[in-house]
Amino acid sequence: MTSALQEAALSNEEILRYSRHLIIPEVGIEGQQKLKAAKVLLIGAGGLGAPLGLYLAAAGVGRIGIVDFDVVDSTNLQRQVIHSTADVGRKKIDSAAEKMLAINPNVTVVKHEAALTSENALEILKDYDFVVDGTDNFPTRYLVNDACVLLGKPNVYGSIFRFEGQATVFAYEGGPCYRCLYPEPPPPGLVPSCAEGGVLGILPGTIGLIQATETVKLILGIGEPLVGRLLLYDALGMRFRELKLRKNPECPVCGERPTITKLIDYHQFCGVPNPRQPAPAQEAPVNEGEIDVTEVKRKLDSGEPFVLLDVREPHEYRIASIPGAKLIPLSEFPKRVGEFDPESDIVIHCKSGMRSAKACAILRNAGFKHVRNMKGGILAWSDQVDRSVPKY
Amino acid sequence: MAKVLIPTPLRQFTGKQDAVAVPGATVGEVLGALTAQFPDLRKQIFNDEGKVRSFVNVYLNDEDVRYLGKDATAAQDGDIISLVPSIAGGRR
Repeated sequence: MTSALQEAALSNEEILRYSRHLIIPEVGIEGQQKLKAAKVLLIGAGGLGAPLGLYLAAAGVGRIGIVDFDVVDSTNLQRQVIHSTADVGRKKIDSAAEKMLAINPNVTVVKHEAALTSENALEILKDYDFVVDGTDNFPTRYLVNDACVLLGKPNVYGSIFRFEGQATVFAYEGGPCYRCLYPEPPPPGLVPSCAEGGVLGILPGTIGLIQATETVKLILGIGEPLVGRLLLYDALGMRFRELKLRKNPECPVCGERPTITKLIDYHQFCGVPNPRQPAPAQEAPVNEGEIDVTEVKRKLDSGEPFVLLDVREPHEYRIASIPGAKLIPLSEFPKRVGEFDPESDIVIHCKSGMRSAKACAILRNAGFKHVRNMKGGILAWSDQVDRSVPKY
Repeated sequence: MAKVLIPTPLRQFTGKQDAVAVPGATVGEVLGALTAQFPDLRKQIFNDEGKVRSFVNVYLNDEDVRYLGKDATAAQDGDIISLVPSIAGGRR
């Protein structure tokens, strides 16, 4: 590190900029040079990546890599404070890099515009000292973990859901890894994502800054790192709790007899389709069990008898609804099947078509013959039938 | 009675309660009584063989029961049992 620190000598402009760091004895000139010499990789420039990118750049972390392939959309702005309204439609990686360099032109931002995969992960991670995981899905979580363990890089972990967050540092100097905590992912569909379940916009700020704090402490080599401890944050109760995290001697990747010695197929491991390898297009795109929003509109206008069911939750119904639709949340659906006539013509909708597909299956299993899923849900209705219906 | 803390993703199965006091002399008995009270929670926590699923961790106070006595770990009045499922959110 000595030669790297010599290269990381501070200019007079930097000495003034980092004054409030330099006058803390635990940081000082040497600490600031450690920050300047440090190389940190952020996986994801979204909810967690936003505060991480802004604060790590401001703090003077010399080389910050970002892995992201997404584009800013307006539903991101409620929490991804690194992106502005004017950035909607831009690549997140460009928007994020611009903000970070505007705060601190002394840092280098390295853009890795890609989805992290088993093929590129080791190559991307190998040049960094620390990896900060701010992804949004299980396959990438396990991929980042395994790559960090294989390369011996600490993985500064954070994850969020609605009002709760988790944070810890995995794989630090032989400490426990993500697989020690969770050997396997949940089956697909059981745990909703933020896109499905929602997230309080402030929450990723809190958790992302805990990750940023741990990253800076690790770089400076001060304090007590969040290793072997899982920090749980409950925003509603405003409580932090800490659970002990132990290294599992039988862990398949970091245990005594590892069975995973190279990166695997993480989509297969998590039982989810790989979005990078779309399923081959079906020959007949029109599914018999589906109905177009324009056809539903025609049926409603013509006054022909049929039942339109909305299986979203009541709080979603209050955001936007289709006149004439009857609300029965999917969670209540199995108990209320008896309310319908198995012979009647039934169309079911939800937000985008996933939950209504489940409701259709429930009715078909119960012997209903004329059940169809409204393709694209109320989002498609807003796009194609009635633009006054808000999308959410 | 021990108190079981229910994390957000599982509250839909406990009538939105974030904590439930449940009788039982061991962690296994407490979870058995809890899922008897809330049957929909059962398949979220236990697999078909009746074992706790590997993406849900069970803690007695701050210790992972995998490193105590697993299901047979004694639970006493005032103990806090936490269910900690994996969550993945962060980027989108």
